[in-house]
Amino acid sequence: MKRHFDEDLKKLNTDILKMATLAEEAIFKSIEALKNRDKELAQSVIQEDKSVDELELTVEEIAIDLLALKQPLARDLRFITTGMKINAELERIADLAVNIAQRVLELSDKPILKPLIDIPKLTDVARKMVKDVIDAFVNSDETLARKVILSDSEADNLRNLIQEELINDYMSKDASTATRAVPLLLIARHLERICDHATNIAEDVIYMVQAKVVKHHPEKLKNNK
Amino acid sequence: MNKKHFKELMGFILLKICISIIGLILIIILYDIISKGAGKISWEFLTSMPRKGMTEGGILPAIVGTVMVTAITAILSVPLGMGCAIYLNEYAKDNKITRLIRMSIRNLSGVPSIVYGLFGVVLFVQLMHIGTCILAAGLTLGLMTLPWTITASEEALKNVPNSYRDGALALGASKWQAIRTNVLPYAIPGMLTGTILGLARAAGETAPILFTGAAFYLPFLPKSLFTQFMALPYHLYIMSTQHHAIAKVRPIAYGTALVLIVLVFTMNLSAIILRYQLRKRRLE
Amino acid sequence: MDVKIKSENLNFYYNEVQALKDISMDILPNKVVGIIGPSGCGKSTFLRSINRMNDVIFGAKSEGKLLIDGKNIYDPDVDVVQIRRRVGMVFQKSNPFPKTIFDNVAYGLRVNGIKDKEYVIQKVEKSLKDAALWNEVKDRFSKSAFDLSGGQQQRLCIARALAVEPEVLLMDEPASALDPTATLKIEELIQELKKKYTIIIVTHNMQQAARISDYTAFFMMGELVEYDITSKIFTKPSKKITEDYITGRFG
Repeated sequence: MKRHFDEDLKKLNTDILKMATLAEEAIFKSIEALKNRDKELAQSVIQEDKSVDELELTVEEIAIDLLALKQPLARDLRFITTGMKINAELERIADLAVNIAQRVLELSDKPILKPLIDIPKLTDVARKMVKDVIDAFVNSDETLARKVILSDSEADNLRNLIQEELINDYMSKDASTATRAVPLLLIARHLERICDHATNIAEDVIYMVQAKVVKHHPEKLKNNK
Repeated sequence: MNKKHFKELMGFILLKICISIIGLILIIILYDIISKGAGKISWEFLTSMPRKGMTEGGILPAIVGTVMVTAITAILSVPLGMGCAIYLNEYAKDNKITRLIRMSIRNLSGVPSIVYGLFGVVLFVQLMHIGTCILAAGLTLGLMTLPWTITASEEALKNVPNSYRDGALALGASKWQAIRTNVLPYAIPGMLTGTILGLARAAGETAPILFTGAAFYLPFLPKSLFTQFMALPYHLYIMSTQHHAIAKVRPIAYGTALVLIVLVFTMNLSAIILRYQLRKRRLE
Repeated sequence: MDVKIKSENLNFYYNEVQALKDISMDILPNKVVGIIGPSGCGKSTFLRSINRMNDVIFGAKSEGKLLIDGKNIYDPDVDVVQIRRRVGMVFQKSNPFPKTIFDNVAYGLRVNGIKDKEYVIQKVEKSLKDAALWNEVKDRFSKSAFDLSGGQQQRLCIARALAVEPEVLLMDEPASALDPTATLKIEELIQELKKKYTIIIVTHNMQQAARISDYTAFFMMGELVEYDITSKIFTKPSKKITEDYITGRFG
């Protein structure tokens, strides 16, 4: 039976996707700003965060109204509550992109320390994780969500690699490189945190999906698509 | 068997005894009349005039007289009774006056029929100068049947759920439209049934027609409403008590009684069948 | 936006008992207003004031104004029958007439003097479609209305009300006698209907009011305690009594 309520759920879904798009763009722009030493781009990331914050509040209010007024149950309820959690995680991801942009501003006046190899790699991992986990949410794809969770170890490894290189090859040899090394280290940390948040989202998606799957499709637990 | 079961059993037995007594009485009466009257029934008996001082011949004038007087009763009491019931149930406010009117109507149905007869004499025969005739007798019987018709019609109207009235009004019907199209059609079966039962009772009454128009021996059919007439119940009364040769005419009396009972039963039966048919048609 | 229905200091008495106290509220067109409150708080009385169905009750008296499109329907020159054509009503317990399905829906049209058979047939079909009942009855018009299930009967009553093309639809606990599936169908129907009609629904089921109404009015003991957008009433009501009622802390 077609329900008017389905329209409301669709709207919530659209808004969450919008949040995701804004967060993904923020990550992309902040690293582009780093690669191209683009101060203006970094500034724009910081300023555009306001609209992300506002959207977060809007999505939250919509979700609460739906809970209060429509008495959602079962998968509708899981969708709305998971959506609220993802909403919060995406806002934090966008905040981390702002943090990266702030580090970029700190580095923009200083000469380049070293060519960027691993940070872009870590960025790619982070961006893919965010994109995949949102796809998993939209398509209720538990397998994809599981894949995202597994990718987190790769992110951790990359961050450790960057950390080791910056500490061992630069800071311990020449203390004056610290002013340029530390922001890079922090950027790596921010990226790795983004991956952690993506992992959280993946876990939420599995909860949202699994409860449904377990009830109606037990064979999917064993079946790896 | 414990005390509760015993009491219950005793109660049922008591009720069954009551039913049996009533059934028994009915059977005895019917048996008596049918056995002694059936022999007299014949086509001739039903269609010819009485002869020789009512010791021979038939009872046709009495049958016709009863039918005519009952018809007049119907013409008076049906529209008046139904109209009164509609007013009381649908329009009248519930205040002291209407309650008084209702109480009076209920009481009127308990007034002895002979009182109606005397009232009829004073009002119709004398004051209105109609004289003793079918019309006067019919009007008197009509008055007597009126409380019965009103009560039965009111009951029928009360049985129509208020939701029909409200539903019609909410769609923009005026009050009379709502009553006419959405209440009366469903009340009519009940109204008619009650009315016919009342008419059946009136057909068998003697006292109201005693002084207002019934005569014993008129070996011809009534030519207008303003003449006297013979009637079955009155005929029976005279034959059983006033006739100069009671024993000789006893068979005729029983025959008359049988005809009267068949007439009344037929009217009652038709009322029940009519109600059943109308109800069935309504629900289709 | 122009106000469709406006109640101004409406007071109502059943003989000497005051059932409504100074009710003032504005109802906008094409919105669903839900009226909630404990039993006996006057919600049905208020509803019935809007199409003057209270007039049929002996001893009923009202003071104050009730304006539809700016005109007070209690003015002496107003034709009650006309009001009831513009303001339709669906009752709590569905009351199909003991007629055929077709005759039920056509009743309002006929009673308002419409004789054109073609027109009547068209309107009956349209009303049944608007009430989401057409598919279920299109091949049994001449069957008795009593053959339908409870939910279908209620939708029949809605179709019947829609046939006379009202502007406003009053619904007095329209789903209270129905099972959950039938209730949901009626609720979905109401969401569709509000595109064309202004709907006021009395319900003792708060969750229902939360689900389907745009505005909610909370009545208690004959008074209008709070009236606001539904999401506000149910997430952050202004008055404590409202919150207590909604959270089930009393009533």
